Amino acid sequence: MPSSLPTHRPTARLPALLVALALCFAAPLARADNLADIQKLIKSGQYPQALEKTDAYIAGKPKDAQGRFLKGLILTEMNRPADAIAVFTRLTEDYPELPEPYNNLAVLYAQQKQYDKARTALEMAIRTHPAYAIAYENLGDVYAKLASQAYDKALQLDSSNSAAQGKLSLIRDLISTGTRPGSKPVVAAAKPSEPVKVAAAEPPKPAATVVPIAPPPPAPVVSGPAKPVEPTKATEKPATTAPGKQASDTASTESEIVSAVQGWAAAWSKKDVKTYLGHYAPDFQTPNGMPRKAWETERQQRIDKPGKIQVSVADVKVSLNGDKATVKFRQDYKSATLNSSAGKTLVLIRVGGKWLIQQERVG
Amino acid sequence: MRRFAFGGLLLTIVAVGPALPVPGRSGAAAPPPIYTDSGIEAQLVRIYAAIEKNRLDQAMNLTESLLHQHPNFRLAHLIRGDLLLARSRPISNLGNATNAPAERLADLREEAVARLQANRKKPADNTVPRYLLQMQPDQKYAVVVDTQKARLYLYQNENGRPRFVADYYISHGKLGSEKAREGDKKTPVGVYHVTTSLPRQKLTDFYGSGAFPINYPNEWDKRQGRKGHGIWLHGTPSDTFSRPPKASDGCVVLSNQDLDALAKNLQPGLTPVIISNDIEWLSLDDWQAERNALNKNLDAWRTDWESGDTDRFLRHYSKKFQSGKQGFDAFAQQKRQVNAGKEWIKVKTDNLSMFRNPGKDELVVVTFEQDYRSNNLSNQMKKRQYWIREDGTWKIVYEGAA
Repeated sequence: MPSSLPTHRPTARLPALLVALALCFAAPLARADNLADIQKLIKSGQYPQALEKTDAYIAGKPKDAQGRFLKGLILTEMNRPADAIAVFTRLTEDYPELPEPYNNLAVLYAQQKQYDKARTALEMAIRTHPAYAIAYENLGDVYAKLASQAYDKALQLDSSNSAAQGKLSLIRDLISTGTRPGSKPVVAAAKPSEPVKVAAAEPPKPAATVVPIAPPPPAPVVSGPAKPVEPTKATEKPATTAPGKQASDTASTESEIVSAVQGWAAAWSKKDVKTYLGHYAPDFQTPNGMPRKAWETERQQRIDKPGKIQVSVADVKVSLNGDKATVKFRQDYKSATLNSSAGKTLVLIRVGGKWLIQQERVG
Repeated sequence: MRRFAFGGLLLTIVAVGPALPVPGRSGAAAPPPIYTDSGIEAQLVRIYAAIEKNRLDQAMNLTESLLHQHPNFRLAHLIRGDLLLARSRPISNLGNATNAPAERLADLREEAVARLQANRKKPADNTVPRYLLQMQPDQKYAVVVDTQKARLYLYQNENGRPRFVADYYISHGKLGSEKAREGDKKTPVGVYHVTTSLPRQKLTDFYGSGAFPINYPNEWDKRQGRKGHGIWLHGTPSDTFSRPPKASDGCVVLSNQDLDALAKNLQPGLTPVIISNDIEWLSLDDWQAERNALNKNLDAWRTDWESGDTDRFLRHYSKKFQSGKQGFDAFAQQKRQVNAGKEWIKVKTDNLSMFRNPGKDELVVVTFEQDYRSNNLSNQMKKRQYWIREDGTWKIVYEGAA
């Protein structure tokens, strides 16, 4: 086996898998180039060419997980689900410890309305990799879909009847449909317009794609995979990120911002809900566009639960643009039932001398 | 959050009734129940107990095994939907299908409440429904229905004493009970019996595995001017395991498996079916006292008849007495004329049953075989009387051939 096979990587590093698969690890430069070329082709929508190149690549390295994974993606893009399923299925057989092939299988199954299979695949993905955010997200959708099928049976609704389907709003926004209004794809920070949350082997924003979602104050009931539910708003990329470091002339502003973020984390840790909520701007973009009041209530209930919560931030990076700042950091969350560490982005705005959170998302 | 929400759901359901311990939760090893019903309720209780203990996977397994047994059990599908949805977002109630038809959701919730409550409130060992005062020896079983609880109770005749055998979930009229008119979608309240048995082959799918018509309207209904016909106990169409508590046009509907189990014990022409809004339960002592008092009255009526003293005999009859078109005065006059020609009278009663009519009126339906002999006439007949309590005394308000 080539040393580059992901099998050899310690599981602790799996979160970075996609990145790893895409570019990194000790692969020969030629290989990376090859793969990068394929990715470029994929990105520009030249699927047949990409497929040709991938096939050639695989011919030389029949066992190569990354090449086969890309092939599965290309086939998915080319709307050849049966072939894509075959590719991903074999990958799960050869590399049962990789969550991504399972996830993508699940997406394909879900597109074919085989939700039970999708569920099984996602549960496998999570078993191999408990912090795999996309799988949780997708699994949540699959559960919702299965739930609505169960409701159809309970309530004698004919789900093949589109009118009835319209009544159950759960049904519509599953994986297969792209535009869920105000919707969340946790993943989608990387690819907001990507309708299908296929675990993409696309390098640009790998962190966002793979990083586990910020821990919800645990949702303990769910003894199965608890889907992380921290508010995550899949916004289009914030307009603020771009200007980069230009604004860092005012070190004092930056330290204000950092201390605002730390204050926010401290209030959360102290379960001081009032102060915690006070860190959010009036025009904070609530997850899924839910009403502010409902969101606040939800936060209150989540935070105000028995058991200690400890939230700390590390590796804080601030990009400042006038009265708007984008803060990226690692959020370490600890509670009685959940420990996690995840990348998080907050967009803060200056309101009356105070820095308040306008957007909050994972990645 | 999710835990809280689910707990809320459970509490909503169990809070409806008095807080009796949920079986299996008290920890004490309860004696194995003598009940032979289908066990659906017991399974539902286990599911909810699992939810309450936050063992959602266990709850899911139990629900799926219930669905495996009864693939058309809509309530179980609803619970499964909730359990699945709870994995993706917090849920706050039983049945979280957004924008689902509210009526159907409400129906399933009512069914859940009815079934869970029924499991929590099995009849106590030392009580019996007040209505079953005396079963005749050849009546092997009696059926008592509680419409409010959506429940049917089966009693076995154990030397005249009713012994609880099983209970089943039932549906009754969409618009409730106390049927009065044709098409009012209500279930009658009163003392009836199964008249015939209609096998599945003679029925459409709608009636499921069989039907047992009852004798609505009975003598008392007719006298009260109640109309309508075709009140049956019957099964469930093949597309559903059960129907909501209030679903029928007046019939009493059981799941097919329950109807099949019940059918084995029904004797056409014989088995009493007593339908009440809300069963009154008596301790065995009170039941015995009421039964003795009525037997005494009946015996007094019989001996007073034999005495030939028409006034003594007539004191057992209410001024509101009516039999066919004959009121009390006409009846009294006729008795006086007849008795004038009697030198001796012998009256025997046999195969006696006494069933109290559910409802506010204190009314008892007495049926027996009467063997009447006298110097100039002998007559054997099956007689039915309605005894009513007036000013503390039991009086006959109707009598006629049964």
